Amino acid sequence: MDYALIPEGRKRCPLWQFVLFIAVAGVVLLWGVYAMFLCWIKGLNQTNMNNAYGFALWIWADLAVIALGGGAFFSGFLKYIVGKDELKNLINYAVIIGFICYSSALLILAIDIGQPLRGWFIFWHANVHSMLTEVAFCLSVYFAVLTIEFIPLILENRQLDKVPFFHNLSHNMHHIMAVFAATGAFLSFFHQGSLGGVAGVLFGRPFGFREGVLIWPWTFFLFTWSAAACGPCFTILVTKITEAVTRKKLVKDNVIELLAKISGWMLLTYIIAKIIDTWYWAVVTAPEAGFTMMDFYTNNPLYGLWILFLEIVLGGVIPALILITPAGRKNKALLLTAAVLAVIGVCVNRWVMVLQVLAVPVMPFESWFMYSPSWQEVATTILPIAYGAILIAIAHRYLPIFPQEPELNPVEQQAG
Amino acid sequence: MKKAQEHTAPKKYGMVIDLDKCTGCGACMVACMAENNIPFREDETDKNLSTTWLRVYKLTNGKKFPDADVCYLPRPCMHCEGHHGHSPCVSVCPATATDYSNETGIVSQIYTRCFGCRYCMAACPYHVRYFNWWDPVWPEGMEKMLNPNVSVRTRGVVEKCSFCFHRYQIAMEKAHYEGRKELAEDEYQTACTQACPANAIVFGDLNNPDHAVYRLKTHPDAFRLLERLGTNPKVYYITSREWVRRQGDNYLENEGKIAAKAH
Repeated sequence: MDYALIPEGRKRCPLWQFVLFIAVAGVVLLWGVYAMFLCWIKGLNQTNMNNAYGFALWIWADLAVIALGGGAFFSGFLKYIVGKDELKNLINYAVIIGFICYSSALLILAIDIGQPLRGWFIFWHANVHSMLTEVAFCLSVYFAVLTIEFIPLILENRQLDKVPFFHNLSHNMHHIMAVFAATGAFLSFFHQGSLGGVAGVLFGRPFGFREGVLIWPWTFFLFTWSAAACGPCFTILVTKITEAVTRKKLVKDNVIELLAKISGWMLLTYIIAKIIDTWYWAVVTAPEAGFTMMDFYTNNPLYGLWILFLEIVLGGVIPALILITPAGRKNKALLLTAAVLAVIGVCVNRWVMVLQVLAVPVMPFESWFMYSPSWQEVATTILPIAYGAILIAIAHRYLPIFPQEPELNPVEQQAG
Repeated sequence: MKKAQEHTAPKKYGMVIDLDKCTGCGACMVACMAENNIPFREDETDKNLSTTWLRVYKLTNGKKFPDADVCYLPRPCMHCEGHHGHSPCVSVCPATATDYSNETGIVSQIYTRCFGCRYCMAACPYHVRYFNWWDPVWPEGMEKMLNPNVSVRTRGVVEKCSFCFHRYQIAMEKAHYEGRKELAEDEYQTACTQACPANAIVFGDLNNPDHAVYRLKTHPDAFRLLERLGTNPKVYYITSREWVRRQGDNYLENEGKIAAKAH
């Protein structure tokens, strides 16, 4: 029925299957939208946040999706600036994943703030000393860049491409895409870093506070580094999931392995820097504030050394070692394991840098602050996943996202 | 006209609270709630959802009878100076909705500019900042008792102790009418200070030798909460009890007795 919209030379599932998938994801999406409107209409009393937990699940989700969306800027940087041309076979998908992640981050922020209609104050009354101001500016501009990168892809739709104006616009936009990729890389370096700075500058919170260079705490660089390392792992992971769902190979192994290799070396160097940072914080920064490292990992029902092990060893060292090894990259199960572990690692890092920072009692006569999200918070956090699944499904069905797909999945006779 | 525009010497309003005098009666909290139109709900069981610009903490020495000891610690906003006015909360607010006044040393909160991101709450180690999770609702008739000098806050914004700044404004206005630029110590006092039946709270200009706080802050038993973090708070506490002073900050096990500091 929708054959005219499907890219030439590509096979797609029957329409009913596609509609069923959209409907199931749509129900989850609507659940999230319902919770979102509850928060907007009734206020943030719908959440389990409180005065000890001003930041909670949403801010974690925000930081996590932005880190995972880092695959877009780093793949673009590698393709257009470094010249890794093989990545042209994956860059479209990296851009779409990045677009989903960043639009989700903006939506979550719009739900998270107490006065959504005043959201523009962050631009109008900007405080240049605040890391959040820098995040807001760069995040918004980078989302615009991602939209610009997404547009030519949309215009490649079989029907849209027939319109000469759209065809030429898409063609010309492709030609100048290197400029946007460079802009995106520049902006991402700063906003990924500033998100790290959000916790790193909190000198009243010894768990998050880090020393640094000039105005930037070490977490500034670590966040950018980890996003560049783990973002591509997320791109690989989503690509593999897409291949599993569509039951088709969409990207050649050499492309995936190249990105995995670069990601592995980024992850290895990142995790070495992270270990040094953690060690310095544990033996110098925290004791200067009167804390031992174990003060942050004991006397509470959740946060033990296991979380540090999960983040650094399981989510950092192990995937890095797998990905830098040719045999590890070529073994599909190991590659997938490494990608999953790296994604978990960066998500745990974002979790502790948001939630554990606030959980730790700073005044000696206080106890640990624990928190569990309300269903409204969970629903609005799952909302972007459903939205992402729907957008990917639509984009995959109607746009030629994967240039290698026709070669890897030759279609003998296109059904009419 | 020119004379009127001349700046007076910068003030640094602060508090000295004698913890050995505080009985934990809570009059300061009540006075603060009434003075500043602080909203409350029918069920205030969850203290993490309550708004208490001034909160009295109960500290214990953890010992059993007969060595058990209790101390009540009133905690207003510390109005941290940090380094050159970069207090923990002021420097992080993305919309400049909170400000450090070099004229008074008071950290203000601009409710109409706050958009409720709550970054300042994450930054404050003293938990002095409160988010309005609900719209303020007062029992019928009580809205007529609200203080007309203090604006009520809407849902979705952060609020905190202002050292009753509206009282400073009123006092300064009166002083201007009378051709003065300086305030006497008793012309500007916070509600909690005046309500304390034990005179445990003393308020004034920490820079002014004529004010009691100027002398009290250098008391040998004076200390500030979490000084090691570099927040540079303007609320001082006095106690003769070493275990209480030790609970004023975090110390490593090998760090010895907490010597009282002079400032």
